[in-house]
Amino acid sequence: MAGKRKKSVIPGFGLTMGITTGYLGLIVLFPLACLFFQTLDVSLDTVQKTVFSGRALAAFGLSFGASFAAACVNTVFGFLVAWVLVRYTFPGRFLVDAMVDLPFALPTAVAGISLTFLYAQNGWLGKFLYGLGIPSVYSRIGVFIALIFIGLPFVVRTVQPVLVNFDTQVEEAAASLGASRFKAFTRVIMPEVLPSAITGFALAFARALGEYGSVVFISGNMPHRTEIVPLLIMTRLEEYDYLGAQILAVVMLVLSFCFLFLINFLQYWGQRHHRMQECVA
Amino acid sequence: MSGISQTPGNSRSVNESLPVRMLLIFTALLFLVLFLILPLVAVFYNAFHEGLPVYKQAITDPATIHAVILTFLAVFCAVPLNCAFGVAAAWAISKFRFRGKNALITLIDLPLTVSPVVSGTIFILIFGAHGLLGPWLSAHNIKIIFAIPGIVLVTIFVTLPFVARELLPVMTAQGNFDEEAALTLGASGWKTFLRITLPNIRWGLFYGVVLSVARAMGEFGAVSVVSGHIRGKTITMPLHVEILYNEYNFAAAFAVASLLTFVSIMTLGLKKYAEVKTARQNKELEDFMTEKRML
Amino acid sequence: MKKMSGVCALVMLWIFLTLICSQQMGYAADREILNVSYDPTRELYRDVNEVFIAYWKSVHNENIQVRQSHGGAGKQARAVIDGLEADVVTLALAYDIDAIARIAKLMPADWQSRLPNNSCPYTSTIIFLVRKGNPKNIRDWDDLAKPGVQVITPNPKTSGGARWNFLAAWGYALDKWGKDEQKAQEFVGKIFKNVPVLDTGARGSTTTFLRGIGDVFISWENEALLAVNKLGKEQLEIVVPSVSIMAEPPVTVMTQNAEKHGVTDIAQGYLEFLYTEKGQELCAKHYYRPSMPNVLEKYKNQFPRVKTFSIDEYFGGWAAAQKKFFADQGVFDQIYGN
Repeated sequence: MAGKRKKSVIPGFGLTMGITTGYLGLIVLFPLACLFFQTLDVSLDTVQKTVFSGRALAAFGLSFGASFAAACVNTVFGFLVAWVLVRYTFPGRFLVDAMVDLPFALPTAVAGISLTFLYAQNGWLGKFLYGLGIPSVYSRIGVFIALIFIGLPFVVRTVQPVLVNFDTQVEEAAASLGASRFKAFTRVIMPEVLPSAITGFALAFARALGEYGSVVFISGNMPHRTEIVPLLIMTRLEEYDYLGAQILAVVMLVLSFCFLFLINFLQYWGQRHHRMQECVA
Repeated sequence: MSGISQTPGNSRSVNESLPVRMLLIFTALLFLVLFLILPLVAVFYNAFHEGLPVYKQAITDPATIHAVILTFLAVFCAVPLNCAFGVAAAWAISKFRFRGKNALITLIDLPLTVSPVVSGTIFILIFGAHGLLGPWLSAHNIKIIFAIPGIVLVTIFVTLPFVARELLPVMTAQGNFDEEAALTLGASGWKTFLRITLPNIRWGLFYGVVLSVARAMGEFGAVSVVSGHIRGKTITMPLHVEILYNEYNFAAAFAVASLLTFVSIMTLGLKKYAEVKTARQNKELEDFMTEKRML
Repeated sequence: MKKMSGVCALVMLWIFLTLICSQQMGYAADREILNVSYDPTRELYRDVNEVFIAYWKSVHNENIQVRQSHGGAGKQARAVIDGLEADVVTLALAYDIDAIARIAKLMPADWQSRLPNNSCPYTSTIIFLVRKGNPKNIRDWDDLAKPGVQVITPNPKTSGGARWNFLAAWGYALDKWGKDEQKAQEFVGKIFKNVPVLDTGARGSTTTFLRGIGDVFISWENEALLAVNKLGKEQLEIVVPSVSIMAEPPVTVMTQNAEKHGVTDIAQGYLEFLYTEKGQELCAKHYYRPSMPNVLEKYKNQFPRVKTFSIDEYFGGWAAAQKKFFADQGVFDQIYGN
């Protein structure tokens, strides 16, 4: 193939490619480049002091911990929701299916005040949780709750199409070979769904890591205790500490990059996995 | 329990027993009610809790109206640009093969994974008074940060990927066949795009735009960083919600929030609509193809 | 061709709407000033602006606008330094305005001598807000350091009120332990151990307290009185500590910005208006202690009697206090870092 690439009859490569790269360059690349460029002057010592201070470490710890926990919950329940939506019919299924995308479309500030209302001490759900001794707002649990909301659609939407396309004949074969339902599930269904579930997990995790709007209302903003990294960046900006904000922003950016590559790799892996299965079949 | 059954086509051997099925459905629905439905109900409950007059007053307040108009202005500026970009990017990526395609896709996705606060911070560090371009801008009396251009700019940044992301899979799946046919028959490039491609991708494009509008209206973190919070000047709807909320004005905060919530519910509805339309379009195409094959 | 015209119509409509919106954004002919203020003054300046606009109209026969921005004082000063083009600033404490003068050089360094009373048209102090019946029996600063008492205060790094809170507690400790700084740090450290939520501004803290979090809220006097009078005498009570700090929130014109916008006369008139009897009445109405003696006399019953000390007496002015307590690695960081 190489060297003898046929020229496509489709026109507009120059135009569309020009628009794409030009626009991306202006809106995304140029700002990012500026940020990194400005950060080059910063001494390693300052970086270390900013990123490895007790407060920043606590914020990173909470951001990662709560995002991970929320993504785990979303993976389990997201899979369950996808399964229920694909495999069973029940009244209101269409509505539920449409509703799953709500966290995508709902402004985060609205989600924040609404969740805070619900889970506050005198809120509809908070009443019970506080009764059980669970402080569900202005605590790490509050952060966790907000992040579950934010990451909810991802696993559902990555797993759902895989389940739809899943050939039930394989399950039937497993059943007819005497596999129990549970065994069929773990041995036949799980391996098929796993790549997409992991992709969904990574997407939910990445989204949760950067979330600000909903968390800021429900977390209580306690340094060392309920402060997430985006909030710490905001606080640094509000304290005139531009350098601090900048360094933390760069760290977050690098993390976002890593996640993007991971997610793209996972998607690629998932597709290949799928294709190989098809070839075998 | 006649309402609860498995989707048709599944044979008995892959059935769960009814209690298991019920339990799974119940658990899934409980989860969704706790985390999706209740927050939604809570918004409207709080908005109308103190009666319709309070609600009406809250949303007809000049500050609210100004916030709505500014929000729409940001949407009107950001969405068409991102829409044009999305179509161009999807065309370039799906119709041609070139080196670095994956890197380009990753770059388009980037604003999705970057924290909104980080996005805002980037623009502050560039355009702020002490940023890279700050001195030049202030010398020429151009205001970007703490003014409307800044809000529009971060809105563009944050909603950049949506149209492209919706179109890419659609256009990749459809391939070049239709366009090549039209071009070989002598249609011009533009005509091919308008007559062949656009109708094919219209529902994907439609949903991409709808999602962009919803996200542009709702953006909070990034806008909050660059806005400067000047009442009646640089306050968008989500920021207005925050201000009202922080002024003990819960009913008004939830009233404005209910407007935004309404938009997001519309978005979900339109998404479903677009999905149904796409499914129908695909089915028609398939039917047409099978018919042709049978002939 | 039908499709084409449809697309065209859509584009036209879109442009039309955008134009309408930007028209609505009001680059109106009216001259306007922007007042960048701190968190609890929202209600005060809403009233002041309304009265001042009418006043300006009656004197100069000109329609003007006054825009507001509110937030923690530190955060607001940051915004001005970073290019938020305020024409006047009305912040919680002098240091933040000093920072603007020093870093952004928007007005002369001696800005504080330009208006009477060190540019403070009103003063306030720091008192406690507790739940009705005072269930934790909070009487004085000591009670805030007791284990099991939840204390609400904003973040001193971003909020001016919180810095006054911090210094008031510190001053009390200095009195109590005969100027022993070590003891004072321990004492204030204990209070901050009891803080479950640290909002960025005083208003955020009030909201938190009203949401049912915490036993005692260290608050601006005006904010506490507002909360009690507007939001529930049945739920809240005011407790006056044995000693507190005299809080002086200054105001000033951002000379360069006002000149650039051509509104120096309005900005100047606006701040001077605060010193007039009418302005002073408005301050008193919103529970700020007016500086004009006869107005203060008239409203004296609404203010609790508080024994106060000034920042100059105990801390040698704001610059020293800021450096010692709130700068990076300062006393607050040491207290909070652990």
